[in-house]
Amino acid sequence: MTDRGESGRDAGAAPERIKSPLFLHRDSYRRRRIMDAARFLPVLGLLLWSVPLLWSAAPEGAVSSSAALTYIFGVWAILALAAFVLSLYLGRGEDEPGSGG
Amino acid sequence: MITLNVLIAVCLTYVAFLFAVAFVAERSALRGRVRWLKAPMVYTLSLSIYCTAWTFYGAVGSAARSGFEYLTIYLGPSLVMVGWWWVLRKLVRIGRSQRITSVADLISSRYGKSNLLAICVTVLAVVGTTPYIALQLQSVTLSFEVFAQPGVLSPEEGARSYTALWVAFGLATFTVIFGTRNLDANERHHGVVMAIAVEAVVKLAALMAVGIFVVWGLSGGAAQTLARIDASELGQWRMDGGRWAGLTLLSAAAFLCLPRMFQVLIVESDDEGHLRTASWAFPLYLMLMSLFVVPIAVVGLDLMPSGSNPDLFVLTVPLAMGQEGLAVLSFLGGFSSATSMVIVAAIALSTMVSNHIVMPIWLRFTGGGASVSGDVRHVVLLSRRLSIAGVVALGYVYYSLSGGGTALATIGLVSFVGLAQVLPAMLGGIFWRGATRTGAMGGLITGFAIWLYTLFLPSIGTGALPEAVMSQGPFGLGWLQPQALFGITGLDPLMHALLWSMALNVTVFVGLSLTSFPSPLERLQGAQFVNIFDHSGGPRSWAGGVAQTEDLMIMAQRILGAREAQALFEREARRQGARGTLPDPNPGFLETLEKELSGSVGAATAHAMVGQIVGGTSVSVEDLMAVADESAQLMEYSARLEAQSDELSRTARQVREANLKLTRLSVQKDAFLTQISHELRTPMTSIRAFSEILRDSPGLTAAEQSRYASIIHDEAIRLTRLLDDLLDLSVLENGQVNLNLRQGLLGQVLDRAAAAANDGGLTLRIRRDPRAEEIMLITDLDRLSQVFINLIANARKYCDATSPELTIEVREDAELLVIDFIDNGTGVGIEARDMIFEKFARVSDRQAGGAGLGLAISRQIMTRLGGEIAYLPGHAGAAFRVTLPRKLAMAAQ
Repeated sequence: MTDRGESGRDAGAAPERIKSPLFLHRDSYRRRRIMDAARFLPVLGLLLWSVPLLWSAAPEGAVSSSAALTYIFGVWAILALAAFVLSLYLGRGEDEPGSGG
Repeated sequence: MITLNVLIAVCLTYVAFLFAVAFVAERSALRGRVRWLKAPMVYTLSLSIYCTAWTFYGAVGSAARSGFEYLTIYLGPSLVMVGWWWVLRKLVRIGRSQRITSVADLISSRYGKSNLLAICVTVLAVVGTTPYIALQLQSVTLSFEVFAQPGVLSPEEGARSYTALWVAFGLATFTVIFGTRNLDANERHHGVVMAIAVEAVVKLAALMAVGIFVVWGLSGGAAQTLARIDASELGQWRMDGGRWAGLTLLSAAAFLCLPRMFQVLIVESDDEGHLRTASWAFPLYLMLMSLFVVPIAVVGLDLMPSGSNPDLFVLTVPLAMGQEGLAVLSFLGGFSSATSMVIVAAIALSTMVSNHIVMPIWLRFTGGGASVSGDVRHVVLLSRRLSIAGVVALGYVYYSLSGGGTALATIGLVSFVGLAQVLPAMLGGIFWRGATRTGAMGGLITGFAIWLYTLFLPSIGTGALPEAVMSQGPFGLGWLQPQALFGITGLDPLMHALLWSMALNVTVFVGLSLTSFPSPLERLQGAQFVNIFDHSGGPRSWAGGVAQTEDLMIMAQRILGAREAQALFEREARRQGARGTLPDPNPGFLETLEKELSGSVGAATAHAMVGQIVGGTSVSVEDLMAVADESAQLMEYSARLEAQSDELSRTARQVREANLKLTRLSVQKDAFLTQISHELRTPMTSIRAFSEILRDSPGLTAAEQSRYASIIHDEAIRLTRLLDDLLDLSVLENGQVNLNLRQGLLGQVLDRAAAAANDGGLTLRIRRDPRAEEIMLITDLDRLSQVFINLIANARKYCDATSPELTIEVREDAELLVIDFIDNGTGVGIEARDMIFEKFARVSDRQAGGAGLGLAISRQIMTRLGGEIAYLPGHAGAAFRVTLPRKLAMAAQ
């Protein structure tokens, strides 16, 4: 499910390969990795927020509500902070075609 | 104690304030000062309509009833916003480049602009949103009651309906005024968005104020609050894992699919960059909105008498503690949540209903074309306004009928599941080129039907589905039980409906997409949507309006001609009352211009050209296809013209050739006339001269007399022969000749002809093959012999070789008998070959032998005999081919 998944298989394959070089300049490389981070962030969030599924529902081993709230809101704050940091780097300049890759 | 009247006054003041904000924002937008309206924070705050009264009141109620489940409703959207790089970025880009106006429009555009699909999504959205609007009316009404009769939770029905009616009326009015102020193709509502942003601040401030009051005012600090939570009945984490995961995903799906969210996320989006800010600011907003929910619930459960409605703790806790000002602020927060949701939902739904249901019907009944003229715009506005009123009225009716008994959170989730049915078609549409209209339609209808059957109808109450159907399934079919499909029991009804509807929806969507074949428009749109980042060269400007009249002028001059274009522009400028020669590019002028242009270049092209200069909007696929159609017609037309011109030039060439031939014939005829008069005159002169001698010279000897008389006789014979020839030709040409059919051998005919032609003394060697000539013929032997004589005589006369030689070759096949006469001279020049068979034609004056009638006569004879005579190219000397049909010859044997 990437932006170029379809075009990579389709007719656009050949020109695309010509257009984008195999190895990128250092800056472009860094920008690509930040995009990767932006893609990874929601996956990380989903994983962290799935942790409560592991918590026991039985009364004796149950997690206390204060701990649960602290954990969930803590993840929330970290995600928002990480998104803020990424948004500083994901400037307008990255919109050129092929940035999906 | 705050009276109801004071509350109403506060309410009205607040509404007036919102009106003022919306009005100022609209005015600023009209003046072009939109920078502060386009701030990323305004965009982020407008997203807060996700948090409705359901959130404001219902979250605390949900926490009090079922613990931490309320959190899932915010976790899903937070994930979607944090993961904006995946989906939202693409949706916003598509929305801007394709001029998407609603979620129904998105789906229909992607799947080949299918209006049927748009109608399906619209119906789904209306059905799914109506309970939600009812929910908002209910919450506002309930909150009013809290102030009217504190502690009494069920006043008489009449007053309740009355309040809800007034709220609905007020909301509809506000929405109509600011939601349909102008019919902007961009579907932007700056006033509404600004008002919503203000409301977002109000509701966050209200909820946080109550939370801070509860935590630090009532519980004595954060640590003590946490301890209090642990000590309460919500003290331990008790959460069903399936519901936790399921509801998180459901809320994420609903965040993308809810019509009102789509409106603020995609349609009202001015700039992709705003998403960057919203990606962190909106999760933060949601976090703050849900931060104090559990403390308020715990304190409410502690303080309020048992049996109080936990949905209203946000209001009742401050009231019970005597904090009336805080309670009013809280009331305004809830009021803001409800109103902003209803306003945006009504705008979004009315756009869909008007664009996909009302307008197609209206256009069909009035028989109007697709051209947007002034009165159509008026009709669109009217239909929008009626749709808004209709949508809000529908919510009110639902509220009146359901009586508002169900807990708030349940209605919201039912609505979520219904609208999430759009998700497979939406995501499939933007990520998978293989998704087709049939698949999308099938998936939508399947999911919608299952949702109706398993969740929506059972949720309305016992009236909708009979008790027997609920417990035993329809017609006693147990496996079709609404809340235990296929015999799988024990599932939570909501999860059950979500699981089955989404699973079957996706299965049908993928299955039908794989097996069906999309239309060309669908495939084009599919490619454009999926590869949007490859195709769109950056976001296009939505700010139309600022059309460059000069550019239009330049274009119009190119198409209409300079003088006509200037006249048109001047006429329009006068009509507008402008002083200069350039009119304002208002819709009326553009329409006139487009019509003028379409007379020259076709409607679709004109539309695209004007559109490109004026709006900077992308040319739609339909436009392109119309252009392609026109070009195809033009090409066909030009191809026809080319064919015609080819034919003309062919004809002209033939005419020229005929003319050339006529000219040559005329020259030949003149030459012939000279020749024939000479031919006639020479014998006539000698006849006259010798007859005069005979008459006037008495002393002539008998021998002299006899010699002169025989000269006269010979000359007379020559004259007779010439005249005979002419007569013969004339008879042959008129078809008056009778053939004298006889049987004979070809060899004998040739013998006779050679003997007759060769009696002149000049020797011509004739090479023949006597064995090949043993062919029996039935034909007019005398006439055939005449042709042969002519050919042999010609060879004798014209062959210019030192030792003239004529070869006669005879061949036969199944059909034809072919006799070739080939001599060894220089032959006939190419330019003369088509002339030699004409009357009076003579190749040259080289040897004044005959009158030029021989070959003409021969051709006429051969035609009469059913054969032909032709010059045979490809030999060194002159070569003639005589062809006779074999049939006549065979018949002789």
